[in-house]
Amino acid sequence: MKKDIILSGVGGQGIISIASIIGYTALQKNLHLKQSEVHGMSQRGGAVMSNLRISDKPIASDLIPFGKADVIISVEPMECLRYLPYLSPDGWLITNLKPFVNIPNYPEMEAILAEIKKVKNHVILNADDIAAEIKAKRSMNTVMLGAAAPFLGFTTEDFEIGIRGIFGGKGEEIVQQNIDALNAGLKEAEKFYK
Amino acid sequence: MQKLLLLGDEAVAQGALDGGMSGIYAYPGTPSTEITEYVQENKYAKEKGIHRDWSANEKTAVESAIGMSYAGKRAMACMKHVGLNVAADAFVNSAITGANGGLVITVADDPSMHSSQNEQDSRFFGQFAQIPMFEPCDQQEAYDMAYKSFELSEKFRLPILMRIVTRLAHSRAGVERKEQKQQNEVKLPSDPRQFVLLPSIAKQSYKNLISIQDKLIHDSENSEFNKYIDANDKKLGIIVSGIAYNYLMENFEDRNVPHPVLKIGQYPLPKAHIEKMFKECDKIVILEEGYPIIEDQLAGFLCNEKILGRRSGTVPRDGELNPNIVAKALGLKQPELNALPENIKGRPPQFCDGCGHIDMYNALNEALSEYGTGRVLSDIGCYTMGALPPFSAINSCVDMGASITMAKGAADAGLVPSVAVIGDSTFTHSGMTGLLDAVIENTPIVVCIADNSFTAMTGGQKSHAEDKIDNIVKGIGVPPEHIRVLNPMKKHHEEMVNVLKEELAYKGVSVVIFRRVCITHYASMMKKKRAEKK
Repeated sequence: MKKDIILSGVGGQGIISIASIIGYTALQKNLHLKQSEVHGMSQRGGAVMSNLRISDKPIASDLIPFGKADVIISVEPMECLRYLPYLSPDGWLITNLKPFVNIPNYPEMEAILAEIKKVKNHVILNADDIAAEIKAKRSMNTVMLGAAAPFLGFTTEDFEIGIRGIFGGKGEEIVQQNIDALNAGLKEAEKFYK
Repeated sequence: MQKLLLLGDEAVAQGALDGGMSGIYAYPGTPSTEITEYVQENKYAKEKGIHRDWSANEKTAVESAIGMSYAGKRAMACMKHVGLNVAADAFVNSAITGANGGLVITVADDPSMHSSQNEQDSRFFGQFAQIPMFEPCDQQEAYDMAYKSFELSEKFRLPILMRIVTRLAHSRAGVERKEQKQQNEVKLPSDPRQFVLLPSIAKQSYKNLISIQDKLIHDSENSEFNKYIDANDKKLGIIVSGIAYNYLMENFEDRNVPHPVLKIGQYPLPKAHIEKMFKECDKIVILEEGYPIIEDQLAGFLCNEKILGRRSGTVPRDGELNPNIVAKALGLKQPELNALPENIKGRPPQFCDGCGHIDMYNALNEALSEYGTGRVLSDIGCYTMGALPPFSAINSCVDMGASITMAKGAADAGLVPSVAVIGDSTFTHSGMTGLLDAVIENTPIVVCIADNSFTAMTGGQKSHAEDKIDNIVKGIGVPPEHIRVLNPMKKHHEEMVNVLKEELAYKGVSVVIFRRVCITHYASMMKKKRAEKK
């Protein structure tokens, strides 16, 4: 088992919470893990990404080589494009549709969508809307994780344990919201591969 | 024992704690900040009263660590690479005094300048000071080396430089701990003159430092962190240091490299291993993160053609390494990659919504409009983003504290008025002495202190300047009527512009303090406090 995952978004959107759930889940399975993060200046509204590598063998590099990522999970549509050179030919691109516009020259959405659709394996969903629909507005990240779940090598039950591990301290309500978000993302993504 | 999932920074901290450290001294700086933060949050460190408060700057941090070493205990100072420039005086001289209790300086380099002004290589400083260095390849080695570093320091009675890089500092992996070592007791140096660098004493101490160099090389040759991994294909030998080792191994299934590999983790370089590789291999490629330091030592001025690396063009001359760059240097086949779409736009960092710096810059730009642009010398912190549109409000960012002194120099040259913009924490780091220069000469400058009560850029550490700036500025000798305190909010725009205009017209030193707490870190601080109450 070996999964190389790139998480991307804008500083402050909280991609690390996705990494934490996947990381916790992987550790429960006694897998090896390496996770690089962006700290410092870029966290203030800049482009951020995280490399997450999981394997049943020891992992050498903290960075995923170009062309080797199995999955890109992006909580922002333009940001997913920035890391396309990392995606393997059979890799999956899972992205949120909702743009985070904090620059004056943000490209047209149509142009962004056209680029996303050029990727053979892609899933596009409006995770913000889905999170709002299930009354779990702050769980947009977990909706994205749900959409990516089938490509990460774990079952939804595994991820529920991960969610409990990360959010357990915040109470059962938050845990349940995140589990709902996970399932909602999973369901929405199905239409792209079933 | 179950493995801990730690950042490279945290692994250094845990290794130092388990290795018997009695105090850590640091000023925040990406990518080194989390070393000290880990110790600050650590339960054992709290119980044992291990020193873990921030220092005013890197120089005071290293000096305090030297002091703790003088008193016989194990101390670590931490900083980012440019912080070592600030601490250089203390650092280089600590090699001459030597250590008493274990003394370790951990420096986090930032190749590719993710959050920095340059990509200087701290190994250069280690060589300059002629002390042993550690360079871990991964989180486990970061732990193991930090754990062992105090012992090595005490063995040779020298400070140790521990060099890490961003990609290790800010990446998590599993780390296995070792047995907890006890702290040292207070014990003065056996030679009472060890730390007295009077020329007559320093001359002898320096001779001792030189005479010990062969022993340091011998120790490197026998170090567990330097490994010679032999292989059959001797057309090429590979010397690889620090994190570059991981990028090398990433390119070979089950880590089977067909060429001999010399993995470097401890300096000075293990001479015997290098001589063996030079003798047995046709060519040697050197993979090192940062400057071509090993390459220069081997190829030297005569550029031996057998040696390949950053100077020979085999590896790019600047920027950090990655698995693909290493693959290319070794001539390995590269996969075809997805192209980067053309319409992706850059997304630079920016001020948080509602940040007081926005209001400060809007007022400053308006107040300066009658004088023309190009008069604002600034500094290092969140407010450096004032250089970006739509503000384009500042004209420099050079080093910590340089705003005030550069404004003074510009005013001396005739650019009057000149303005400095500096943060509260940067001011107490190294802005105060420059203000004294300006006060002594009554230089016509306006110093704007953006006081948000935090060291905000690095993650909201407590600022030494908190509640002290007004008195410091007064004490340095700025006339009280030219110390103005403003609250940077949109509704106070007119007032701020008027005050700035008055001070810009004054032909002496003015200090305008823009005081409003950092909204981002204030919110998280309050949240944390509420959680603690529960």
